[in-house]
Amino acid sequence: MSRSPMKRLALVAALLAASGLASAQDLLIRNATVHTASTQGTLRATDVLVRNGRIAAIGSGLAAGNATVVDAQGQPLTPALFGGITDIGVEEVSGESSTVDAALALGSGASDMQVRPEFDVTLAYNPESILVPVTRVEGFGWTLLSAGSRPGGSLVAGQGGVVRLDGSLDAVGPRALFVTLGGDGANLSGSSRAAQWMLLDQLIDEVRGRIPADSQFALLTPAGRTTLAKYVGGGGRVMVRIQRASDIVRVLRWAKARDVRIALVGATEAWKVAPQLAAANVPVFVDALANLPADFDELGATLENAARLHAAGVKVSFFQTGDASHNARKVRQLAGNAVANGLPWDAGLAGLTTVPASALGVGGEIGNTIAVGQRADLVLWSGDPLDVANVARQVWLDGRAIPMRSRQTELRDRYLHPDTGLPRTYPSDAR
Amino acid sequence: MSKPMTAALAAVLLAGCATTPATKPATGAAKPDLGFAADPYPSTYARVIGPAVLLQHATVLTGTGTRLDDADLLMRDGKIVAVGNAIDAPADAVRVDATGKWVTPGIIDIHSHLGVYPSPGMSAHSDGNEATSPVTAQVWAEHSIWPQDPGFHAALAGGVTSLQILPGSANLIGGRGVTVKNISSVTYQGMKFPGAPWGLKMACGENPKRVYGSKGGPSTRMGNIAGYRAAFADAAEYMKKRKDAAGKPDEAGKRDLKLDTLAGAINGDIRVNIHCYRADEMAIMLDLAKEFGFRISAFHHGVEAYKIADRLAAEGVCGALWADWWGFKMESFDGIQENIALVDRAKNGCAIVHSDSEEGIQRLNQEAAKVIANAGRVGIAITPEHAIQWLTTNPAKAMGILDQTGTLEAGKMADVVLWNGNPFSSYAQAEQVYVDGARLYDRRDRSRQPTSDFLLGQDAARGGVR
Repeated sequence: MSRSPMKRLALVAALLAASGLASAQDLLIRNATVHTASTQGTLRATDVLVRNGRIAAIGSGLAAGNATVVDAQGQPLTPALFGGITDIGVEEVSGESSTVDAALALGSGASDMQVRPEFDVTLAYNPESILVPVTRVEGFGWTLLSAGSRPGGSLVAGQGGVVRLDGSLDAVGPRALFVTLGGDGANLSGSSRAAQWMLLDQLIDEVRGRIPADSQFALLTPAGRTTLAKYVGGGGRVMVRIQRASDIVRVLRWAKARDVRIALVGATEAWKVAPQLAAANVPVFVDALANLPADFDELGATLENAARLHAAGVKVSFFQTGDASHNARKVRQLAGNAVANGLPWDAGLAGLTTVPASALGVGGEIGNTIAVGQRADLVLWSGDPLDVANVARQVWLDGRAIPMRSRQTELRDRYLHPDTGLPRTYPSDAR
Repeated sequence: MSKPMTAALAAVLLAGCATTPATKPATGAAKPDLGFAADPYPSTYARVIGPAVLLQHATVLTGTGTRLDDADLLMRDGKIVAVGNAIDAPADAVRVDATGKWVTPGIIDIHSHLGVYPSPGMSAHSDGNEATSPVTAQVWAEHSIWPQDPGFHAALAGGVTSLQILPGSANLIGGRGVTVKNISSVTYQGMKFPGAPWGLKMACGENPKRVYGSKGGPSTRMGNIAGYRAAFADAAEYMKKRKDAAGKPDEAGKRDLKLDTLAGAINGDIRVNIHCYRADEMAIMLDLAKEFGFRISAFHHGVEAYKIADRLAAEGVCGALWADWWGFKMESFDGIQENIALVDRAKNGCAIVHSDSEEGIQRLNQEAAKVIANAGRVGIAITPEHAIQWLTTNPAKAMGILDQTGTLEAGKMADVVLWNGNPFSSYAQAEQVYVDGARLYDRRDRSRQPTSDFLLGQDAARGGVR
């Protein structure tokens, strides 16, 4: 233990920083191309002043006072982006089950369905996962953790939630319930997607007491009934993983009749029923790169899914079918490709900011627009953020500059320079 | 109006390549042909006939490291005739104004499973891994290809004109891969790249030991290495026997299809492609290659290739890599986004952007763009004319087809992509794709947008009562 007062002060500061208690430094970003992600659109040659972690002023020629000044040199500034629907911090190495907590299976297999909507995957979230900095340094400030469906669990997977990638432990905002329907869920509903409606209605009957809790047919625990009750009758958001157009129409009918607020995930064929989705005000999280008939639920796959949905008035965000967690940063490429295939650029940015924030009810928890009063979750880019040709130069969360370091940048730096005698495992200043 | 030319005409024009299966392009000094690379399933590829085409006023990346501004490219009779400024073209050449657009060689993917793991991914279509034994050198990926995979057309729209289709990585030695041209055909033989050598697919590390750990082994990495060594020892003995019996067919004994392939790899007729993630394992495989006298053409995936970039370059082994995949299993835990740039940076380094994905193959240009962007963050500047070689020249070299395609040079196959701008961008789109001089994809011309048999009529029910 150090006796030096200076060192102790530094230690206190470090502890404060680690616990998120350090007061955010004031910051003035000068001369940026500010993509506000709001009705203000894009503001050129604009300054953004941050005080106490929130945006205090937007304009030109703002006085810095004692704020740290960053010259953006005209480059784009956006809100920190949405990293998609992931298992960041809930899995470390996908192929190693001891590091993966994303899905629940209390039963013994497909014929042993255990329905546990009270399962909350955010309780597994590790803010010290190496995936957090890997994702964050690419311009992402938050993600929706998903609960996965698997045999031995049920098509009602449980709850996920939004986490800020700022080192904080707890999820923010309301939880979301994850449900898998259609072909992807058929192995969870007795080999027929038709049974999915029967099972969902049975669960609602339990919630409403039409099936007594002690009935031999009851599927839910008391906690499960309490949890599920929050999602029917206009409650919390239900994220429905679904692809085929006819299934989407059915889930729209079902959700309307039971007053369930749904959002669609995947939704490869959503464009076919875009007007119905718009009328029902259902947001859709699409894989904007999915253009192949991966299975018989996705025969209508097209790169124009996002553009067609948007044109019909549907709110569009993004979802990756591939390695959504380790490569969450790729969601930026999805948005760019959606734009290349007809989605307006502003809608592409909205899909990574305001649309998911609004759909998930975390507008107050996430700096999803650049507006006075918003949390200062910001990214300065080397160029158009929807183009993979550009990278994030600096990320700020709550006005704090995030170290642009990750395990990957450390590996890179270790091998970037020529070997100098001592093996690379020794500190670089010793070599 | 273009139409497929007759096979006879094709044979003449292709100077015998298509119809003389037994002789592969020479890979060194004259060797006795022991039949290891004989082809009883020969290519029937015939280029689609089209008019001469002159692309004018484009930014041209030649694939030889050169960028030409305001340049023209003339193709005729399936070949590139000339590339340069203000080219004279015959009056009947179709002139395409490419002002503001970019022209590159056709993209080549050295690692694809299109056709063997096609879309839709039905259990009936799972034909990429003969996961019944850890060494299945006797199987040929080409015999699993479903030519109606809609993924071929999607890749074409992404500028891919040639690709190597490999067996999967379940096995230590998975079998032969085949190189095809990305042209619609009812048969795979109709796609088979005339004269291209086969690739042998091998796999290191986790996959084989996972697949066979409870099926008789190998269950460890040391078991993996013992498995390769046993197989190549058998092949060496077989090879000697066949050599000794050359010209004396009665003494040669029964052909062994498995050992034919391995002997072909030792012989240099079949190019060795090894799925291998970790640097230490790649180093073991380099030693294995020396022990049995074969050359490794490329390590595939190689997420740790950056740790041994100089060694790979010195040994003349390419790294066929992803831009940013990592973390899906332990052996991919050390992936970095600068991997390709660091392999490329080594003196004589050979970096290749590969896909191993029906999605990735459609935008290999964007994968390269990510590499350029990340390299720039650490002060490594990479020009477009350099980076294009990762997608065209270098895979062609590793696959043994660089003398025929992969660059825009007079006399080569006219495999050409016209892009709407700089290809290294999320917004880049291939506007026209030429395969052997024929415009086989055009983003603005529905008549040049192929549709797989599988997708035909899938929307026929629409328009009825809703």
